[in-house]
Amino acid sequence: MIRVQHLVKRFGEFAAVDNISFDVARGEIFAFLGPNGAGKTTTIKMLTTLLAPTSGTLEIDGLNPTEHQHEVRSRFGIVFQDPSLDQDLTAWENMDLHGVLYHVPRKVRRERSETLLKLFELWERKDSPVKQFSGGMKRRLEIARGFLHTPKILFLDEPTLGLDPQSRNQLWTHVKNLNQTEGVTVFLTTHYMDEAERVAQRIAVIDHGRIVATGSPAELKTQTGKESLEDAFLALTGTAIRDESAGSADQMRQVAKMWRR
Amino acid sequence: MEAIYILWLRELKRYTRSRAQIIASLGQPLLYLLVLGFGLGPVFQKAGGGSYLQFMAPGVIGMAVLFSSVFSGIALLWDRQFGFLKETLVAPVPRIEIMIGRTLGAATTSMIQGLLITAVCLIAGFRPVSLAMVPLGFLFLALIAIVFSALGTTIGSSLQDMQAFPIVMNFLVLPIFFLSGALFPLDHLPRALGIVTSADPLTYGVDGLRAALLGRAHFGSAVDLLVLVVVAVILLCLGAWRFSKIEI
Repeated sequence: MIRVQHLVKRFGEFAAVDNISFDVARGEIFAFLGPNGAGKTTTIKMLTTLLAPTSGTLEIDGLNPTEHQHEVRSRFGIVFQDPSLDQDLTAWENMDLHGVLYHVPRKVRRERSETLLKLFELWERKDSPVKQFSGGMKRRLEIARGFLHTPKILFLDEPTLGLDPQSRNQLWTHVKNLNQTEGVTVFLTTHYMDEAERVAQRIAVIDHGRIVATGSPAELKTQTGKESLEDAFLALTGTAIRDESAGSADQMRQVAKMWRR
Repeated sequence: MEAIYILWLRELKRYTRSRAQIIASLGQPLLYLLVLGFGLGPVFQKAGGGSYLQFMAPGVIGMAVLFSSVFSGIALLWDRQFGFLKETLVAPVPRIEIMIGRTLGAATTSMIQGLLITAVCLIAGFRPVSLAMVPLGFLFLALIAIVFSALGTTIGSSLQDMQAFPIVMNFLVLPIFFLSGALFPLDHLPRALGIVTSADPLTYGVDGLRAALLGRAHFGSAVDLLVLVVVAVILLCLGAWRFSKIEI
């Protein structure tokens, strides 16, 4: 379903993604793990047509995302790591807009929006503008919106960041369910090893733009001789803490926050 | 088509929900209209130009539409910073439709802004000479809005963040306004200024508004119409191309 070969992305001198290759089979749940700044999000951006690779080949369902942007876009859904809601619209309007963009018929759109907003406990606040929501509520809305249409491939970029255990549980149950009943291929990243172990059939560990290990959770543990996936992860990537440089977007967001009281 | 509609509607909703901003953006044109209109009025009258308020009202309407169009086009950058742009860019909708929806939305809101200023002008004492020509004025209002919303989208798609905004403001938007003949007649200008003003698209917008509302024009409404349509097509193509190249 996803095939990546010798993928490289450079920003000037810096190689964010440095010659990685991997495959994700149809119907598989695949976890992409790595410390901050390892290249996870950059890889997802290239897979989802937001960024063109420097070199290497990409395939989504047999199609090249740089050449067949439109066809590729109609095959996946994504929950982004950072916010992507319209703050001035209400929760309902955000859902509805998404449904229109993804060609979900009006009736289905309404029914599903209602079910999902109820599932993620946002139904009572559906007519409030998103800017009045707490961080956790915004996150829940992003996820509910991601499930509005059923794609062939679902990208989840750190979807559980800032979620409470209840919502996390709800999310993963839903993901597993979609995977089993609809055969949706899932490509996820997370910092919580227990989640990866719980849902993922296969894991790739990426560090400094390179893949350092691939395999099932059990294989990674035997490979490193560790008891838990967390220890295996630390053994593979070391214990040093990484810094991510703040992009212009983050800097701007801070300025904007001061501006808007 | 539905995608264009929903994105257009989004711009409209955002506009009507920011009432404080609507009022704030009426301030500047109002200042020009009242201070210059009444302040320079006597001099203009003595020089034989007739009522200055009457003369500059179309210019101030054009200015309001210019500012609000370019700003709503550039608001693309806020969507980029706050992340919503990504949501539309990964959707299975051709980017041209997204660009058109946004640009038409920006154009519509700035037309509303232009109509609000027109109302203020009427209150201040401005009178169009012929009611039959008012629809033509509306057409020019729409063309100005489309031209400069497309320009705003082009700029917004080409920049990374708002840091370049003062440069755009001081070296593009303000010169477009001051060189458009919004504040002075285009007849008997020094040669250099004449050339620069005739290269400014807003000149034709304001001239068209004057043709429709005052029945006096420098180039004539046919020329104005032609120039604006051509510039609109060019800028829409340019904007669509820049928009299709956005990477996040």
